Amino acid sequence: MNTYLTILVGSLLVNNYVMNKFLGICAFLGVSKKMDTAFGMGMAVTFVMTLSSLMTWLVEHYLLVPLDLMYMRTIAFILVIAVLVQVVEMALKKYSYSLYQALGVYLPLITTNCAVLGVAVLNSDSGYGLVESVLSGCCAALGFTLSIVLFSGIRERLANSRMPKWMDGFPGALITAGLMAIAFSGFGGLIK
Amino acid sequence: MEILYAALALGGMGLLFGILLTVASKVFAVPGNPQRDAVREVLPGANCGGCGFPGCDGCADAIASGKAPVNACPVGGAEVAAKVAKIMGVEAVDTGVKKVATVLCQGDIEHCGNKFNYTGIQDCVAASLVSDGNRMCKYACLGLGTCVRACPFDAIHIDERLKIAVVDEEKCQSCGKCVAACPKHVLELLPARQPVQLRCRAAERGKLVSDNCKIGCIGCTRCEKACKFGAITMVNNLPVIDREKCRGCMMCAEACPTGALTADWDHRKEAVIDKDVCIGCGMCKRTCQFEAVAGEVRHPHDITDACTGCGACAEKCPKKCITMRVRNHVRDANAKVGTTPEKVLEAKETK
Repeated sequence: MNTYLTILVGSLLVNNYVMNKFLGICAFLGVSKKMDTAFGMGMAVTFVMTLSSLMTWLVEHYLLVPLDLMYMRTIAFILVIAVLVQVVEMALKKYSYSLYQALGVYLPLITTNCAVLGVAVLNSDSGYGLVESVLSGCCAALGFTLSIVLFSGIRERLANSRMPKWMDGFPGALITAGLMAIAFSGFGGLIK
Repeated sequence: MEILYAALALGGMGLLFGILLTVASKVFAVPGNPQRDAVREVLPGANCGGCGFPGCDGCADAIASGKAPVNACPVGGAEVAAKVAKIMGVEAVDTGVKKVATVLCQGDIEHCGNKFNYTGIQDCVAASLVSDGNRMCKYACLGLGTCVRACPFDAIHIDERLKIAVVDEEKCQSCGKCVAACPKHVLELLPARQPVQLRCRAAERGKLVSDNCKIGCIGCTRCEKACKFGAITMVNNLPVIDREKCRGCMMCAEACPTGALTADWDHRKEAVIDKDVCIGCGMCKRTCQFEAVAGEVRHPHDITDACTGCGACAEKCPKKCITMRVRNHVRDANAKVGTTPEKVLEAKETK
């Protein structure tokens, strides 16, 4: 039980993938101009990350480890994630068209989100079991959602305020992200 | 040997996933609509959302499923509507007059001054939060360019001196983004080139309006009384023009004391009688509400410069000998038959 709690708090806040590990920054900066799209992206990432944690664990333990092919891990995981995103997209289009439309272009974009691969690789490095992997993937994605939604809220306000020309747009956003990361580092003492 | 395992394992995975994807695409295949795809092809693809649907894909869906008319795309206009109609197998509906964003305010800095000096964020949304904006009239265009930034077609600009939005009717694609962006609701999508248009939204009492703005509608009802066709009714101190009834005589705009009711003077019409065909029946003379027809019974009639171009006579003429054309000189309410522009100018000078 304690490990699960550690994984939950750890992936969600302390080792937040965006704020602490600096993974998935592309999507973090790319789709954080509006809060509702940021939330949509977060939900799509949660969906895919949870599923990909499960799938990559299975691939690792039933294919890569038995064949002693761990050095092929990265390429194998990317293959899994890409296929997963494609299948999920097709399935959503068929069974939940409204969700498919809501997620829109973000769904295929997740393939290139390094946080998804990062979770899979870090799960495998930490030697998590199946349940732990899925929990870690899910919490990492929720942590991503948390930070991207908070960030988009700040950016919405920044967009409506007067900024010096040289700080307007991405420079300001990057500095904001840095300040947010400092704030998130305050969670560091939560777990040992 | 080891490399062979790796290649086989990865290749096997790739093959397996490939097969999986193929199967999935068959299982999860959504029956596509070839008509929809064809419609999507001819739409402009700017994804501006002007049609009210989420992008061109949404619009194509709506058209293909019959939820939207073939002319749903305001940007494509008649040309695209015709192509879509061809795909859908229906006659192209006449798209009518192109709609353009219209600035329903003439209260520029010369007509409607500043209430206070606004130095905050140069954006209408921000400015409108400070006691309804910095202009004297709370309905006025603030001229800080929120609409300019919303326009994807560079069709709207702020007159820097007069501090008011100006629409380039040629460039406007009637997507409606500026209408949605304007916090003052000063912009509206209206058919272009209307004969008359009220360009004021001040619903306050006349005294209040005239204190704030020299060119605002004071609700004097003169236009309502001037309209011979009952097309104008006063609602909330503002005239509402019934476009079905309006004949474009522009008498309301002539009557307007402030100029809030504008008219497209350059396209005002006048009636012309073909004297070879006219039998002098007098129908036009009886129909005319502006005493603009002269002539004796059984002799060809004549239209004077008092003609307002309402076209009522042209409709009534049994011989169809009256045509309407754009007039080339100003109307003169007291005109005698055959008044030339020179004579009108002369009359004005002597006044």
